[in-house]
Amino acid sequence: MKSIIDNLNKAFENRVRLGIMSALMANDEVDFNQLKDLLGVTDGNLASHLKALEEKSFVETRKQFIGRKPNTRYRATLNGRSAFQSHLEALEALLKGNS
Amino acid sequence: MEQKSNPQEDLNHIRDIMERSSRFLSLSGLSGVLAGIYALIGAAAAFWVLNHNQLKPNYTRFQAQDNTTVIILIGIAVVVLGAALITGVLFSVRRARKIGVRLWGATSRRLFINLIIPLATGGIFVLLMTQKGYYGLSAPLMLIFYGLALINASKYTLPDIRSLGMAEIILGLINTAMIGYGLYFWAAGFGLLHIIYGIAMYLKYER
Repeated sequence: MKSIIDNLNKAFENRVRLGIMSALMANDEVDFNQLKDLLGVTDGNLASHLKALEEKSFVETRKQFIGRKPNTRYRATLNGRSAFQSHLEALEALLKGNS
Repeated sequence: MEQKSNPQEDLNHIRDIMERSSRFLSLSGLSGVLAGIYALIGAAAAFWVLNHNQLKPNYTRFQAQDNTTVIILIGIAVVVLGAALITGVLFSVRRARKIGVRLWGATSRRLFINLIIPLATGGIFVLLMTQKGYYGLSAPLMLIFYGLALINASKYTLPDIRSLGMAEIILGLINTAMIGYGLYFWAAGFGLLHIIYGIAMYLKYER
């Protein structure tokens, strides 16, 4: 049991981060506003969680301009994908262990 | 070690976000039912036009000269399609507002593109064939291309759309083997199937 809990990644403990990673797993790229709509969080909150994930190099950004508006797009790195995958597996294992 | 989050809730949350971020879920079953009703009205109108012109409801017997009837039939089809699309958009706007998502976002854009490519291909193909006087395969081809479009689009919306697509293709193939009954198959595929699926999806998702 101890090993399963070790597999749970602390970086994904937070709901917002979990949501960000879920959206990035299901889509190639998602922009900031889509994430905001999807998760229903404030700009500042979302930005700080994205920053944290970026620092762990789970997420990478691509900034571009649409017309004159800056637009930041996010995608999960390979590293982030595999980390999230093991987190998912750990959650599932935990669930099975409990039932 | 203290566990902060409940794994079941986390997994539900993950699944929910994955679904909502990658699929357009604001399709309304009711608009399907209405689209089916328009199609049945359209089929009845076409039936009346054909009978009125002393033709059996069997458009393979058309002479290529009979342009007026063809134009009327194409007109009916365009009106049915237009009414169905407008209804679909209006109901989706309402659904989207209700579940609090944006109507025109990444998911609806992806759904639209994946639906429109096979659909437009089929539409143009059928029109070109009609121009050359090949009417017999119009209905089965419309059904088959529509079915393929639905299957292609089903990855980006409610998964039930996939089996609707399969059903349309099967009807289209049977119709291909029974040319001359196109109007009936058309009414079944665009009318009855839409009504049945619309009701089923309404009961499943919207109640």
